[in-house]
Parts: sequence; structure tokens; C-alpha cells
Amino acid sequence: MESKLNLNQELVAKARASAARVADDLQTFIDAHTTVTVERAVCRLLGIDGINELEAPLPNVLVDHLQENGILAGGAAYAIGNAMVETGKTPQEIAEAVSAGALNLAQLPTRSAEEVRTAIAPVVEATLSRITKNVSSRNEFLKEFGDKEGPYLYIIVATGNIYEDIIQAKAGAKQGADIIAVIRTTGQSLLDYVPYGATTEGFGGTYATQENFRLMRAALDEVGKEQGRYIRLCNYCSGLCMPEIAAMGALERLDVMLNDALYGILFRDINMQRTIIDQYFSRVINGYAGVIINTGEDNYLTTDDAITSAHTVLASQFLNEAFALRAGMREEQMGLGHAFEMDPDVENTFLYELAQAQMAREIFPKAPLKYMPPTKFMTGNIFRGHIQDALFNMVCILTGQKLQLLGMMTEAIHTPFMSDRALSIENAQYIFRTMADLGSELSFKEGGIIQSRANEVLSKATELLSEIEELGLFNTLEKGIFADVKRPKDGGKGLSGVVVKSSEYFNPFIESMKGKVAAQ
Amino acid sequence: MSSGLYNTHKNNFDTTLDLTRLKPYGDTMNDGKVQLSFTLPVKDDARGEEAARLLAKKMGLEEPNVAYHHALDKEFTFFVVYGSCVHTVNYEDIHVVTVESEVMTMEETNEYIQKHIGRKVVMVGASTGTDAHTVGIDAIMNRKGFAGHYGVERYEMIEAYNLGSQVPNEEFIRKAVELNADVLLVSQTVTQKDIHIQNLTELIELLEAEGLRERFVVICGGPRISHELAKELGYDAGFGAGSYGDDVASFAVIEMARRGVK
Repeated sequence: MESKLNLNQELVAKARASAARVADDLQTFIDAHTTVTVERAVCRLLGIDGINELEAPLPNVLVDHLQENGILAGGAAYAIGNAMVETGKTPQEIAEAVSAGALNLAQLPTRSAEEVRTAIAPVVEATLSRITKNVSSRNEFLKEFGDKEGPYLYIIVATGNIYEDIIQAKAGAKQGADIIAVIRTTGQSLLDYVPYGATTEGFGGTYATQENFRLMRAALDEVGKEQGRYIRLCNYCSGLCMPEIAAMGALERLDVMLNDALYGILFRDINMQRTIIDQYFSRVINGYAGVIINTGEDNYLTTDDAITSAHTVLASQFLNEAFALRAGMREEQMGLGHAFEMDPDVENTFLYELAQAQMAREIFPKAPLKYMPPTKFMTGNIFRGHIQDALFNMVCILTGQKLQLLGMMTEAIHTPFMSDRALSIENAQYIFRTMADLGSELSFKEGGIIQSRANEVLSKATELLSEIEELGLFNTLEKGIFADVKRPKDGGKGLSGVVVKSSEYFNPFIESMKGKVAAQ
Repeated sequence: MSSGLYNTHKNNFDTTLDLTRLKPYGDTMNDGKVQLSFTLPVKDDARGEEAARLLAKKMGLEEPNVAYHHALDKEFTFFVVYGSCVHTVNYEDIHVVTVESEVMTMEETNEYIQKHIGRKVVMVGASTGTDAHTVGIDAIMNRKGFAGHYGVERYEMIEAYNLGSQVPNEEFIRKAVELNADVLLVSQTVTQKDIHIQNLTELIELLEAEGLRERFVVICGGPRISHELAKELGYDAGFGAGSYGDDVASFAVIEMARRGVK
């Protein structure tokens, strides 16, 4: 790609190297630990699903049982495999027996690692082939219908009721949406379990459950076939259950997942050790399932000022890239995020937005960048709001952003009406059509406002990353250097779910999925 | 009567402003013109259009004009409708409960605190319950503030703690006691199914149950919060959209002084 910004490539390399060292530094820690949700994800991938009479999900029942009996350090795969050898039961039957109090996995004789691995291998194989089949169907759809050139139009549904969501999602797809995200109910990120079954009650969103994933997937495939397009499904792989949601998404063919390495720590006060371990396995799974992840850099700009803190976005993009690479993800799956959140009352902010978006495009050339719409300066004046969204769409088409989350003129008023979405799609399509090639016709003035702004942001991001590199990520977060949020290493939610692995620990899914994409 | 784009007919209504019979203004006094848009779950055809027109009439719009209609799906149609509202309200009779304290600048508030309270005021804020949105509490508290109004963190005489989002009411109270707070600021952005009312009510109930209600000046804010609603729920004040750090800080410190807090 021809550079329009004349970026200082030495700084780009330096920033990338700093981020790499920050991630490497933590990889040792990640490799030495597991968490309750990592192990519950293993359970899910081994086919354990359903709830008991107290409505507790069986993966929770089983992992709690292992933790209470002090054998979680060996990993759920070992405990389940061992029980398979001893009892001849399937993983699901084992979880049911544990739930009924009829089986104590800590009291079984322990078999050798080899015996256990042999017992569990066919179950692992069956899951891998189910995911491979999912990825193949996606590839076939894309081959049949073709994939979209230009930005994907990304809309959200958030009624709280999966059946109502489906009506809205189908209408949105017919109007031209390429990605449908089902917003999660407020508060789900802090639940240390994944609810079960189809759900019709939620606040500001709908529970992420495997059944809801399945229902929406089927609906989007149906409307996609009608429309001759593949409609991608997105959900939230964040919070206290990152790897479990990734597992559910892989099993039900989700295409896009919100999945940030640091978001939970900074914005949900989830313990940093927990999140760093969880994000790793979640990304291994997402990588294997061919999922595009979306990182959450837009959040820095809703809490902080987009003009003065633009460099934290870039620094976080570098970190997210580094962590995703260590989980074996390809750059083509890294939907690094940013947002159009500068104060419309400030002169030349459109130029700064253009600089920021173009900079991300040039620094992460293969990444399908995720671009978030204005929210902070949406006022309830829907008429101005529609214009703000139009400017946002212009930056997108001029700089080649890929996942364009459409802004709604009724942002700050209510969850979108069906008509709000239609108007947003019309807005984006109009701009993307009439300005399709405008970006390639434009170059930026040498040493002008746009070039200078991009280089200034790059140089600040490089400085910040070298500071983080020196301190290490955990210390940086403790000192509140990043995003102005202080988080103690042992504070926040979910620390009790972090466990040091024992020497016999194994996770068959990290072994078989890491660094690979199914069906390739 | 013209139903086209341009209305050229003579006005046959009184064009003098009468505040006891107030109605919307389009381009002529008392023309009653309003614009609205809505979606009907029916096909986009002449019958659907007529349904939109009839609905507008029932809403009290005379001579409704369906300016635009467009299918959103097979059985959903979007309408943009204009009409003249027949209803009026008596403006003279309207009395609204608003926060009536004076709004001071940051410097004035700092001085006011020094003079009337004589020590730093501790304010603890959060977006409570399951609400994950920090935009409201940040606008009031963050140093930089919002739209040119500084947040309370910047005030020399205010010690501000922003606990962020999704703070359970119990934890919020515990933290407020621990920090020896004078003022509690609660933000609620998500209002689906009135969850904010439930949550705001719960906070007051918990404070009352623990005998702590009188210890704090308790203020809530959010896009769907009015001062009237806040008072009803047992708060000292409520601030809706368009309120800033200075509005909240001024009210809080004047209220503290009124209570004689030192």
C-alpha cells in the first residue's frame, strides 16, 4: 500500500517491538496458569452442556467440583479423561453423575497421562471436526455468494428477547447489513457462568447463550440464502467467561467476536491475571474457528478525550496485535478497533479522525479494522447526529476500514428502532457508493495537518509502549498509566478462579488448535 | 386543501400567540405543524399509507401528509408524516419542579466551600447496579468534564472518587462510608424496562435501612432522570441531560451548607 502519511517506520518498528516484549513477558505467566473458565471451556469443547435442577450449568458444576476437591490444577481434561477410563462414561454422563453427587472425581484411581489422552482423543477429534465443518460451511457460503468488497455494514440488535432480535436482525440483513451483533444484556460480563437456553428477558441486550447463538445463526443463514449474501454473526467474547463464549461461538459458527486483551481489566474491573490467562485461550479458539476478533479501543475514547488520548488507542492496538499473535492468530483475523469520538465543536477534528484512521490502516495493513461510530457527542439532536454518522462513514470509505459499526442517529436516546437501522444503512450505502474510490484519488499534503497529527500520535504511542515495556504490563496497570485507570494486581473480580497448573496438566484444545485455522 | 409539497392556501386561524392555548409552530403562529416518523408492521402499499394517515389523525393531527414511506421489510413500512396538531396546552398553568439552587463557577464553588464548610468536600460517584455505561458519571466527574464544564475531580476543594460502572448498591454504600463521603452521585444510563427506577429505589432503601440516608447528600443523574422523579424516589436532587459538573457541585455544596455540615 502506498503510504499517505509518511509515517516514521522506525517508530512503528520500535512500538511493535515494545508490544512484543510486553506480551512475551506475560506468556510465561499465562503458560503456568489456568482459570475456572478456561477449564469450563474445555468441558464445553468435550461436549458437556446443560444445567442441573438448580439451573447451574454443568461445566460450572464439574469445574467447581474439581476446585473444591483440589484437583483443578491438573486440568479438566485430565480429570474427565481419567474418569472416562475408570467409568466408561462419556464426559456428559460424568458431569451429570458429579452433579447428582454419584461420582467424586478426586476419589478415582489416577491413570497415566497416556491412557487418559488416548481415552479423550476421540472426543477431542469429534469437536475439532464439528468446528472444521462449521468453518467449511462458512467458506462454502462465501465461495457461493462471494465476500463483500469494501466495508462490512455492521449493526446491532439488543431487544433482550432472542426471538425479537431475530425479527430485527433479518430486517437489518435485508436492508443491507453484513454483520449482525447481538448485544449482551448489561451485566453478563460479570457473571462467572454462561446462562443456558433460549432467553427472552434481558436489559439493554440479550443473554449470550449457546442456544441463542444457534437460533440466530439459523435465522441469518436463512435470510442470507434468500439474499444471496453471507451474513456474519457477532457476539461478545469478553468478561469473566471469555474462553467459554469463544468455545460456544466456534461450535455454533459465529464469525466475529468482541475480544480484547485488556478491556475487562480496565473497564469491568476484572482481575488482570484472570483476564490475561482467559484472553489467551479465547483467542486460540477464535483463531482456529476463523473468527475475526474486534478489540475494544473505542472504550478508551468514551472515558478519555479522543483528541489528547489518541495515542492510547494506537498503543492498545499494538498490544492487542502482540497478544493475538502469541495466541496463534493471523493478522487477517485481527479486527483492531478505534472510534470516531472527537468533539465536533473543535476545529479540524475531521482531519484528526482521518489521520487516526489512515494511520491504523497503514500500520496494520492486513487487519480488518473495526471502526466505531460517534456516541459520546451524540446529543439527542437526531438531525445533527445523522450528519455526524455521515462524516464517520466518509472517514471509513476514505481510509479502508473494514468492519463499520453503523452509527445510529438515536444514539443516547434508546436502543435502535428498526427504522433507525434502515436510515443508518441508507446513509452508509449512499456514502460508500458515491465516494467508493475517493480515497485512492486523495493524497495528503506533505507536512500538513494530517501527516503531522499521525506522526505525533505515533510518537506518543511509541513512548507509552516503551514505558509499559520497562514496567511490565501488570505494574503499568497498577500504576494507572494506561487509560488513567488503576487496577491492583490482586484486585478486581475473578482472581479466585486463577489456578497454578500442576505438572500433569494438559489442555488438548490448545495443543490442537493453536496457530491453526480449521479447514485450511 | 392542498396535500402537495407546498401549502399555498390562506391561513384561516388566529395567528396571535395565546399562551393559554399553546401549540406547535412551523412557519406561522398557531399552524400547529409537527413532524413525526414511525414504522407500521404492514406492507408498503396504499393501504399502509392510509393506515399511517388515520393513525396521525387519531394522534390529533389535522390534514396529515405522508411525506415519505419506505419498506423496511416485507411486512414493515417506515413513514414520515406531517400534520397540524389540534391540541393545545395552557402554558400559564404549568409548574415544573427543577433544581433551583444557584449555579456557581468552579472558582466560586471552591470559595463557597472554604467559607461555608471549611474543609474539602468528599464526593463519591458511580454508575450503579448492572449499568455498564460510564459516560454520564464521567461527564460530571472527570477532570476534563464535558462541553467546556469541568468535572468535579478538577475542583480544588472537592475530593472526588469515581468508582466507575456496575457498582452494586451495597458496595457503593460501603465505599462511601469508608471514604467518609459527603455527597453520593449516582448515574443511570440504561433505562430499559425501568431498571433505573428499581436500582435507584434500592439504593435509598438500603441507605435508610442502615440509617445512613441523612448522612449524605444523595444526587442522581441520567438521560431519563428529572428533578421531580429524583425527589419522588427520595433523592435530594436529580439532573437530566444537559447538566454538568458545575450544576451538580453547586447544588451539593449549597445543600451541605443549608444542612449546616461542617
